[in-house]
Amino acid sequence: MTQTVLQYVLYLAVLVALAVPLGTYMGKVMNGERVFLTRLLAPCENLVYRMMGVDRDEQMSWKKYAASAVMFSVICFIGLFLILMCQGVLPLNPEELPGLSWHLAFNTAASFVTNTNWQAYSGEVTLSYLSQMAGLTVQNFVSASVGIAVLFALIRGFIKVKDKGIGSFWVDLTKTVLYIMLPLCLILAVGLVSQGVPQNFSEYKEAALLEPITADDGTVVTEQAVPLGPAASQVAPKQAGTNGGGYYGVNSAHPMENPTPFSNLLEMISLLLIPAALCFTFGRNIKDKKQGIAIFLAMFLMLCAFLAVTAVNEQLGTPQLSQNGAVNIENTPEQSGGNMEGKESRFGIAASSTWAVFTTAASNGSVNSMHDSYTPLGGLATMLQMQLGEVVFGGVGCGLYGMIGFAILTVFIAGLMVGRTPEYLGKKIEPFEMRMATLVCLATPLGILVGSGIAALIPEVAASLNNPGAHGFSELLYAYSSAGGNNGSAFAGFNANTPFLNTSIGLVMLFVRFLPMIATLAIAGSMAQKKKVAVSAGTLPTHNALFVFLLIFVVLLIGALSFFPALALGPVAEFFQMIS
Amino acid sequence: MNTLKAVTGKALLCFLIFTVITGLLYPAVVTGISKTLFPYQAGGSLFEAGGKTYSALLGQEYKEMDHMWGRIMNVDTGSMTDDEGNPLMYGWASNKTPAGEELESLIAERVERIREAHPDQAGEPIPVDLVTCSGSGLDPEISVAAAEYQIGRLAEHTGRSEEEIGEIIDKYTTGRFLGVFGEARVNVLKVNLALDGVLED
Repeated sequence: MTQTVLQYVLYLAVLVALAVPLGTYMGKVMNGERVFLTRLLAPCENLVYRMMGVDRDEQMSWKKYAASAVMFSVICFIGLFLILMCQGVLPLNPEELPGLSWHLAFNTAASFVTNTNWQAYSGEVTLSYLSQMAGLTVQNFVSASVGIAVLFALIRGFIKVKDKGIGSFWVDLTKTVLYIMLPLCLILAVGLVSQGVPQNFSEYKEAALLEPITADDGTVVTEQAVPLGPAASQVAPKQAGTNGGGYYGVNSAHPMENPTPFSNLLEMISLLLIPAALCFTFGRNIKDKKQGIAIFLAMFLMLCAFLAVTAVNEQLGTPQLSQNGAVNIENTPEQSGGNMEGKESRFGIAASSTWAVFTTAASNGSVNSMHDSYTPLGGLATMLQMQLGEVVFGGVGCGLYGMIGFAILTVFIAGLMVGRTPEYLGKKIEPFEMRMATLVCLATPLGILVGSGIAALIPEVAASLNNPGAHGFSELLYAYSSAGGNNGSAFAGFNANTPFLNTSIGLVMLFVRFLPMIATLAIAGSMAQKKKVAVSAGTLPTHNALFVFLLIFVVLLIGALSFFPALALGPVAEFFQMIS
Repeated sequence: MNTLKAVTGKALLCFLIFTVITGLLYPAVVTGISKTLFPYQAGGSLFEAGGKTYSALLGQEYKEMDHMWGRIMNVDTGSMTDDEGNPLMYGWASNKTPAGEELESLIAERVERIREAHPDQAGEPIPVDLVTCSGSGLDPEISVAAAEYQIGRLAEHTGRSEEEIGEIIDKYTTGRFLGVFGEARVNVLKVNLALDGVLED
């Protein structure tokens, strides 16, 4: 047991230990300061600017910044959609897989462009190497970088005084891809290959079965399929950019996508690393480290609380598993015990629960165990983190700007309660910023509740459910929560590959990605134009314990009020059925 | 209008440039490095034993009494085929809720079957990973507890001594990473190849 607890503590400690230096590094990259990779990468960077005709000193208005970010995403969407539809006639398709249906291509393109990586398909039986590589891997890099770029613009909004520009989208995007994502992913990818993640362009292979299997139609099967391809190079940015779309259908539970506890450590830490580090980037670049630490602590405390709920429930298992003592679910040195349905032996309860909580906190959505098979309350914690709007660290860039939206809401609410002027980081919060912050904070609940509400009314959706009763409703709610948080994980028994579900889930993903993004940039533009107000007795400090508590309170309040009824029908109902 | 045109042009160029850098150059560089440093892993971790090729990473289903049993498999023979169109075995997760009646009765059947095959373990509870499906449906390993549970049966049906089987299990057991991360586990395929006398070194 001590061993298990130590494992949880170390996962969190390694995360924080790496996030602090990376935060400083990213802060330097954002400002264009010299870093150790400058000598190597500056020529590439300049070449990219020259080819695109970008003026590196341009200061865009927020509208132009937003137009560039949205237009870039539109082009990416069209490009990816075409690759997926046409993969059957494109090269690098040794398995001769056909093009995708229009609705699956729409859903997948929307999913990867919005940094969600919801997958209504299984990669190894659906996608060609070209689609995986030139389609999805590219979006793993750039959709993550778009999120970070928008965060950089927001940070500039707080720093600048009486200024119209918030930086250049193209410069922020290029710097993020070249200086942050590429070096990190290169190291990660090679590390993953060393553990057994494949990286090649050969066609799928076969391996012998020790005991032949007789198929339903009587054929004797003597070999198993070994799907190969450029997996490691896709898995690295999938983790580091809070993307989450697996190379294989079962994602990082697959023994070839995540073969060992060491590959698991690499993947799991990297999935939360950039979102956590950005808190420190934020503090560094607004020149008030305490503000960054306050936001980090609010996120970290919520993360620890959710981790405790999931870890305890998965370790306890269920009466259905223990069968009145006939099955041993004790945690001993020889086995992890607990709820092992849907979990891998090499990960056990600790590495699986930590991953589940990290991935739903980070809007990553990759999985190393099947969330559909979590205990009712263990699964509830993962679902609730997505429903809070992916602000417990959240997606790279977008998690933090979402949380800053909540911080603005918090200073406003606190201002109303104690009669102080609402201001944040020296900038006055006025009705315009409040309206925009509300859009940032309410887009997710709106997307989830409207989406799952409509889906629950449509009779044929019932055919997509894998489990009956309350758990079936949880599968549906989880799907829309995952889309509404741009997370992408699933209660994977749910068959989402139908025209209605592909389209509606795709629309929810687009809505919750771009509405908050545009609103955030509007806040950035408006903040940049304001003058700094001096700190007075009327200023609510936003770097102390009281503020951290208030922020958590506001996040949970909005989440709990919005989702309590829906959660009561799903996981809570299932919990009471389980113990009765 | 002109601004929109300029932005669209830049967006298109940007998409193309990054498709080349991150979609073609980067995977090619990773492939090059991997094939040089880790050719066995990059190629899919396939190994030869007794004239056949086996996968070190993908799980199989074992039912014979003289083989060690692994995780419960959700076997699929309908999704993958070889070049001649013959079906291949693959696996997927069950995605069943552990709090439901369906899994409860499935586990009850598995308990029954395993107890029958292990009379020497009468009354001992069965390690949970022997009665549950894994996350991938292709888990190649089981816990040390699950391996030790089967020693008596394996000794009876293979004609080897319990000590000998214990040694084979030890040999194919991998500990936690740095003694802390993940779980200790036993590779079932390698144990079975050793039991069959195919894998010896």
